[in-house]
Amino acid sequence: MSLPKKHVLGILADNLKLRKSVLPLSRRALTRWARGLDIPYGGETVLYTGHMYQLIPKIGAMANRMAKFEDSWIRRWMGLGRVINRGINLTRFMAHAKRKERRAYDRVLRNIALLLREAGVEFGYLYGDEMYSGALLHDQGIDAVLLPHARRLQALFAEHGVRRVITVDPHTTNMLRSVFPEMLDGFDVEVRNYLEVLADYDLPVKNPLEMGLTIHDSCVYARYEDVIDQPRQLLARLGARLQEPELSGKMTHCCGGPIESLFPGKAHEIALKRVEQLSATGCAVAVMCPICMVNLKGAANGDGPGFFDIADVLAGAVLDDPSPVRQTTDERKER
Amino acid sequence: MAKVNRKFIDEVGSRFNASACMSCGACTAICPMETGMLPRMLFRFTMLGQDGKIRENEDTIFSCLLCRMCEVNCPAEVPIAENVRLLRGYFDVHVFDLAR
Repeated sequence: MSLPKKHVLGILADNLKLRKSVLPLSRRALTRWARGLDIPYGGETVLYTGHMYQLIPKIGAMANRMAKFEDSWIRRWMGLGRVINRGINLTRFMAHAKRKERRAYDRVLRNIALLLREAGVEFGYLYGDEMYSGALLHDQGIDAVLLPHARRLQALFAEHGVRRVITVDPHTTNMLRSVFPEMLDGFDVEVRNYLEVLADYDLPVKNPLEMGLTIHDSCVYARYEDVIDQPRQLLARLGARLQEPELSGKMTHCCGGPIESLFPGKAHEIALKRVEQLSATGCAVAVMCPICMVNLKGAANGDGPGFFDIADVLAGAVLDDPSPVRQTTDERKER
Repeated sequence: MAKVNRKFIDEVGSRFNASACMSCGACTAICPMETGMLPRMLFRFTMLGQDGKIRENEDTIFSCLLCRMCEVNCPAEVPIAENVRLLRGYFDVHVFDLAR
């Protein structure tokens, strides 16, 4: 059984229309990752998070809550929930992200900014002016609500004189690079993902990886945006011994994330299947999408070789901080 | 007998494009959801204007991952994910009333 689509999608659409995001977060929660980095405000080239990494801890908590609603009596009252949500942002109270999770996802964004800086790339950030890309509504076909939001985003770039955007996740990359130019007249912004940008540079290797790593390709990167070789080049240059799982590259297997909001049970089944394929290599897994990360980690439930964001892995080899991937795999060996 | 709604294809949208589909079944065979339905039958129902059949398959349409595994293996290069998205758009407007 699925959650009632009309009401779940209605709540998400109302939130985007009224609050500019499907799950609105405070300005503080959205920009906390950049604290102390002294990234300039605005500029022709900006690092654009699209809120995905900041939203994921909340989405993970919401998904756990919604999975409990799937077969319960509460699903019958979701229509009333939608009406109330128009006046009071109910999604704010429905589930709370764990602090540890929030910090982990913030750390990924910090690492991305520090890696770009290490490479010598100059960029700004729009801080609280940044907006969610609308990817979830696009996937659900709710173009009538997405279009005015897309126009707001286009106006934001024009207002700040943004000409080049560096994205951090596959979904925002796809929206800005492929969807909006089709949807909007005159959307003329150069969009590159940070992995594509970093692949152009020879990053200094401070702590060679010297370990086996399995790559989980995101469907959106691999099949929508053709981002397949760049992460492999980056990891190989830093000394990783790459392992390909049963399905990879253009033939990668989905993590189940895209149907999490309506079919949490089915999404979990898909994620379990993928975790099994990835675990078979016996190596730690590098993940490039926060949605993949929350689904795969949730399905693995602490078992298996461990899942790490590729930015954390790269940062461990390039920056002075010790790599969380190496620390954790060592801890697992000691157990 | 199935009822044909001639307006239906217009309501799904002019970008819907499945005319090259030869019903080879590669998409259905490779779908990670293993539904046995997506996407060739849905497209045939759509092209035949059978909105009733499409409405019966609401869960199938919304449980598509849009992962494009089918699309990269489609010998006729049908834009499968975009077609599914357009079918969702039909539900959003005509069934869920989300267009306003």
